[in-house]
Amino acid sequence: MKKLNGIRLRHRKNTENCATVDFPVPAKVKLPMSMHMGAPCLPLVKVGDEVKVGQKVGDCESAFSAPIHSGVSGKVTAITDYQTAMGSICKAIEIETDGLQTVSEEVKPPVISDKESFIKAVRESGACGLGGAGFPTHVKLNPKTPIDTLIINAAECEPYITADYREMIECPEDIIAGINLVKSILGIKNAKLAIEANKPEAIKNFTAMAANDPTIDIITLPSAYPQGAEKVIIYNSTGRIVKEGELPSDEGVIVLNVSTAAFIYRYTQTGMPLVTRRLTIDGNAVGEPKNVRAVIGTSFRELLEFCKTDIDSIRKLIGGGPMMGMSIPDLDMPVVKTSNALLAIKSYDERKTTSCIRCGRCVNVCPLGLMPAEIDKAYKIRNIEELQALKVNLCMNCGSCTYVCPANRKLAETNQLAKALLPRK
Amino acid sequence: MNKLIVSPSPHDENYVKTSTIMLNVIIALIPALAAGCYFFGLRALLLTAVCIVSCVAFEYGCRKLMKRDNTIGDLSAVVTGLILAMNLPVTLPLWMAVIGSFVAIVIVKQLFGGIGQNFANPAITARIVLMVSFPSAMTNWVLPLWYKEGTDAVTGATPLVLDSFRGTTEEHLMPSYMDLFLGKVGGCLGETCALALLIGGLYLAARKIINLAAPVSFIGSLFLLSWISGGDPVYQILAGGVFLGAFFMATDYATTPISTKGKIVFGLGCGIITFVIRRFGSYPEGVSFSILLMNVLTPYIEQMTRTKVFGAKEAQKNEG
Repeated sequence: MKKLNGIRLRHRKNTENCATVDFPVPAKVKLPMSMHMGAPCLPLVKVGDEVKVGQKVGDCESAFSAPIHSGVSGKVTAITDYQTAMGSICKAIEIETDGLQTVSEEVKPPVISDKESFIKAVRESGACGLGGAGFPTHVKLNPKTPIDTLIINAAECEPYITADYREMIECPEDIIAGINLVKSILGIKNAKLAIEANKPEAIKNFTAMAANDPTIDIITLPSAYPQGAEKVIIYNSTGRIVKEGELPSDEGVIVLNVSTAAFIYRYTQTGMPLVTRRLTIDGNAVGEPKNVRAVIGTSFRELLEFCKTDIDSIRKLIGGGPMMGMSIPDLDMPVVKTSNALLAIKSYDERKTTSCIRCGRCVNVCPLGLMPAEIDKAYKIRNIEELQALKVNLCMNCGSCTYVCPANRKLAETNQLAKALLPRK
Repeated sequence: MNKLIVSPSPHDENYVKTSTIMLNVIIALIPALAAGCYFFGLRALLLTAVCIVSCVAFEYGCRKLMKRDNTIGDLSAVVTGLILAMNLPVTLPLWMAVIGSFVAIVIVKQLFGGIGQNFANPAITARIVLMVSFPSAMTNWVLPLWYKEGTDAVTGATPLVLDSFRGTTEEHLMPSYMDLFLGKVGGCLGETCALALLIGGLYLAARKIINLAAPVSFIGSLFLLSWISGGDPVYQILAGGVFLGAFFMATDYATTPISTKGKIVFGLGCGIITFVIRRFGSYPEGVSFSILLMNVLTPYIEQMTRTKVFGAKEAQKNEG
């Protein structure tokens, strides 16, 4: 089967052998009410309230959202307006910890009898896609169409990040149990665990673990970015094409991040909602790159200091991988549910953007077969009809075009700006 | 506190720059230049130097005059000068070469907006302008290795002219395939040695600077057409500027289609037009004209050979 295009990146998985270390409970946490894709939550607590570990502190009526829980016990000191890395404004709850880490009585294993109670439990867990997109997991697990294949996304195709890899090495049983749980409750026949070829250790382990289970396939993806993009991983592991305007479920597929699958299993066992997460801390300003398990709401500054970072030398801070991560404007912003990595970059030389030489590299690398050079031209003259014909709406912002451009044109950025010009349907 | 840079993703880049690509093209042309110097004497080097220096000077002056960013650092003017020199007979007066550089850089490239914006290949257009303006100087060929004979430069003829001797009593004057392949024939200083051009072309392909689609379809279609029409296909592809044109000018980024499909169409067009001109036209050589004509068609080829977008619903008809 022909695989979709990809580019070879320097993997720089410096932390792949760094076992996860727990970051001590910080003195203060800040919980933004929008850490997921979808409607932001509203605070359920007031200033002065006592909160406990695992207590729900934010929720929302909307079905397309995920509640937020406190990872610490302590006192709410402030509820402020907060601007996320995406630029949207929401409320944020600031909690001063008491250091006792008293667990809330709300935390108990959910009773799961059928699909409905399972979906409800997943929603209550606050789970959203831990790979970085933050799609609410309960929405994903509740499709309208029948599903025959569950794809577990363990590509982790971005450079530096090893958070999912450490999950695979440290908690493989949770992952397999999570896969079996989702499979049995949703009645899905097959599961495919898709791992990029640069993780031979994980591939070997899981192949051995799933040897006696014909319903779980271990798939080796080529080491070519962006294998982890939803459309790409679906095509490269099942050959199915998610067409324009379709959801993966329309093709009978659900794609779940590997850490999310493991988390769902652990939640059903312990009832502890999503209040901590593992993230890779790396980049050339970081003295000791590490994989850290931190309470959600911990400030990035503390984590960077924990990893012996020369704070003053940081020129750029990236939440996520270097290809699709968001620039973090402020060192004091907190870890959110989708923070799979924190990269502190010391030297950052911005090359000048020059004229397009029409070399066609952007066209060759686009996994979806778009023509970024042509989109760039059409965007310049605001030719909306041409932009629609060029299908710029399908761009998933993987950044491959900008990465390879010899003229350093910001093609991925242009695609996003061009998308904003298209009339909304 | 230090200010963090905030910019859209991706935050990483590979380090292939425009100048890296141009430098590779320069490297790829060195074997052909060396062959030119060997066969036609050291004046080849002088002519090449004049072309490069004048191209860079025109580029610098032009950008300055238009109050635009200086672009000589991207080395594209050096490449243009080098390719132009490859397209000139070694005996060409230097001032004519400077005129060629003026046409290539000022008229064809900068007046249309500089690098990447020109619709025609600068070196090809300059060659054609010189050929039309100074027909005798542009066809003043010397015999290869004339300096070894211990005589003055002797005027010779190009293999494509000699092709008309086929079947006559003078057939022995025609070069052998080996002479054609190694470049021991009359012609422009950089176009005769097919071997050197092949090495350069393959180097560029190996470095992923060029796609072999256009050269293969160009040379392939010319070969097939010559064969079908009863000509000597090997002679046709080795003689004249086919290899120089196919590897270094039909692969020019700015003036050829971006998609592989488009590149194949472009190469086929070049092959067909070259064949038609050589066979039925009054010019013995048609490579330059074929590439220029296909340059003009490039935007249309581009429109018709867009890539298929993964999972896209049928696109609405574009009226733009």
